Amino acid sequence: MLVFEQILNGLQLGVMLFLMSAGLTLVFGIMRVINLAHGSFYMIGAYVAATVTARTGSFLLGVAAALPAAALTGMLVEFLILRRLYHRDHLDQVLATFGLIFFFNELIRMIWGRSPLFMEVPTRLAGSVELFGGLQYPVYRLAIILVGILVALFLYLLFSRTRLGMRIRAGATNREMIGALGVNIPLLYTLIFGLGTLLAGLAGVMAGPLFAVEAGMGDSVLILTFVVIVIGGIGSVRGAFIGAVLVGLVDTLARAFLPELFRLLLASPSSADRMGAALASMSVYIFMALVLSVKPAGLFPARE
Amino acid sequence: MEVKKYILPTAILCLGLLLPQLLDFFGLQYLLSLATRALIYGLAASSLNLILGYGGLVSLGHAVFMGIGGYTAGILLYHIQAGSRILGLLLPGSFWNSALIAWPLAIVLAALFALVTGLISLRTRGMHFIMITLAFAQMVYFFFTSLDAYGGSDGISLYGRNTLPGLDLDNDQVFYYLCLVILLIVLFLMHRILQARFGRAFIAGRENIVRLQALGIAPLGYQLSAYCLSGAVAGLAGALLVNQGEFVSPDILHWTRSGELMVMVLVGGMARLFGPVLGAVVLLFLEEYLAMYTDHWMVIFGPFLILVVLFGRSGLYGLLFEKGERS
Repeated sequence: MLVFEQILNGLQLGVMLFLMSAGLTLVFGIMRVINLAHGSFYMIGAYVAATVTARTGSFLLGVAAALPAAALTGMLVEFLILRRLYHRDHLDQVLATFGLIFFFNELIRMIWGRSPLFMEVPTRLAGSVELFGGLQYPVYRLAIILVGILVALFLYLLFSRTRLGMRIRAGATNREMIGALGVNIPLLYTLIFGLGTLLAGLAGVMAGPLFAVEAGMGDSVLILTFVVIVIGGIGSVRGAFIGAVLVGLVDTLARAFLPELFRLLLASPSSADRMGAALASMSVYIFMALVLSVKPAGLFPARE
Repeated sequence: MEVKKYILPTAILCLGLLLPQLLDFFGLQYLLSLATRALIYGLAASSLNLILGYGGLVSLGHAVFMGIGGYTAGILLYHIQAGSRILGLLLPGSFWNSALIAWPLAIVLAALFALVTGLISLRTRGMHFIMITLAFAQMVYFFFTSLDAYGGSDGISLYGRNTLPGLDLDNDQVFYYLCLVILLIVLFLMHRILQARFGRAFIAGRENIVRLQALGIAPLGYQLSAYCLSGAVAGLAGALLVNQGEFVSPDILHWTRSGELMVMVLVGGMARLFGPVLGAVVLLFLEEYLAMYTDHWMVIFGPFLILVVLFGRSGLYGLLFEKGERS
């Protein structure tokens, strides 16, 4: 039962990572841009949702305010800064978006102060539900898993079944060609970027009730997100989904069970706990190194 | 014109040499430790400049070498000061406390780590290289945060610095001069290496790998050697930093620290020998002064950084010293 509960937890972390990495991998796969500031949109989503929810008492209104806020900020950033970096090398992209992180973290501190905000789990999703076998599981976490799967489905349909998705795929393959065919490429790119930051904002909103909402909250998620897209294969949304679930599971299960595993192997329980905890926090990166040593371009490399 | 070219560098060197006396004279002694830190960060940023600026290897995990060097020096100092055993051995303090032992050890361990990780990460390019170097740094970061024996994420405070025969390192002025001399020696060696055949081949790897291979030169060996060298220098910088602050914590190798080193290289001037030092000095003093006026100096610095990226590729060094020489 404990194992099953931890698997659900891993899945929940996984879908949140997927929301983050879908946008990032799209932006990299299509525009060839590394965006370190992706975590900032996660943070903006969480802050706007926390504030609006606290003011109005409605979680739905919070979500309704946070998603456009993240998307619009993203499109503004794309319009002002990132589109100037598409043809620059990765170093410039890394540095400029690193500057963006400085800016957004400090701006958030100026507006909301240094102390973290807290968000309540919405009342309709509070409490827990009994799954099979008498396992009690929080409804809110189940809702996150559901939202993540719905978003994955939505993205799949968007790319494979709609005209917009077709243009995005075509734009990734040959930018000049579809520009010549009359598609407004800059607008398309701005929209994709907005979609990516909207998803990051959604992840932030859902993370709000689980973690403290504070400046810099996006930074640690950002690193995990990078691990996900490198494992999944940069530019592939399908890879991002698989990679996110894998990383979520590896991280959660390692944290839950590695210390116990070491207790079986080592004589002293305290040093077993320490080694287990140390290895658990490194597990995701070790997993990434293993995957890359077998498949250097990730599990599902996008076509070059 | 030829003479003019040397006036400013000479003036800056004199300023560096006379700085402790000048600070004393103006009653600004508290700035000496900031200046020392700027030199040490300048050393670390220069080591990054070697692979990033000259080699075109964008590493987003360079602070890991500072961390390894820093923790090597810090852990040795910690055990000697506490008189406790390390790996079951009781080390005689008079010998192991010496900077002549601790610092080379820091350099060697950092270089070894660079060798192992470099062998893996140098097989990748572009985005993957950035992410792999970041991932290795994160591994070590989490290793040190879970190291409870050495304070975990809080780190360890030390009491006093390493010793060096004939020099009193606990004296801040002496320590400043030592850092200055080390920095100048390293920069001189780096200059010589880059002028040599080795450096030419390494820089050519940045420009065009295929052409290099067509000339019969395998780039991996050059890149790996430079990567180790760069890691070694950063390891030394880490050991110096821990000695200077008498404190070590995982903060020293947080990924934002690696980002800051990149920022120093860029703001100062990439692939310019003195650029990163200039960048480190400007960045640290800017932080100190802007922080006096507002807590929120980052809100100004972030956009400034973006502007430098967009419009000032040659950095401050290019702006100050290369008027009209190149765009």
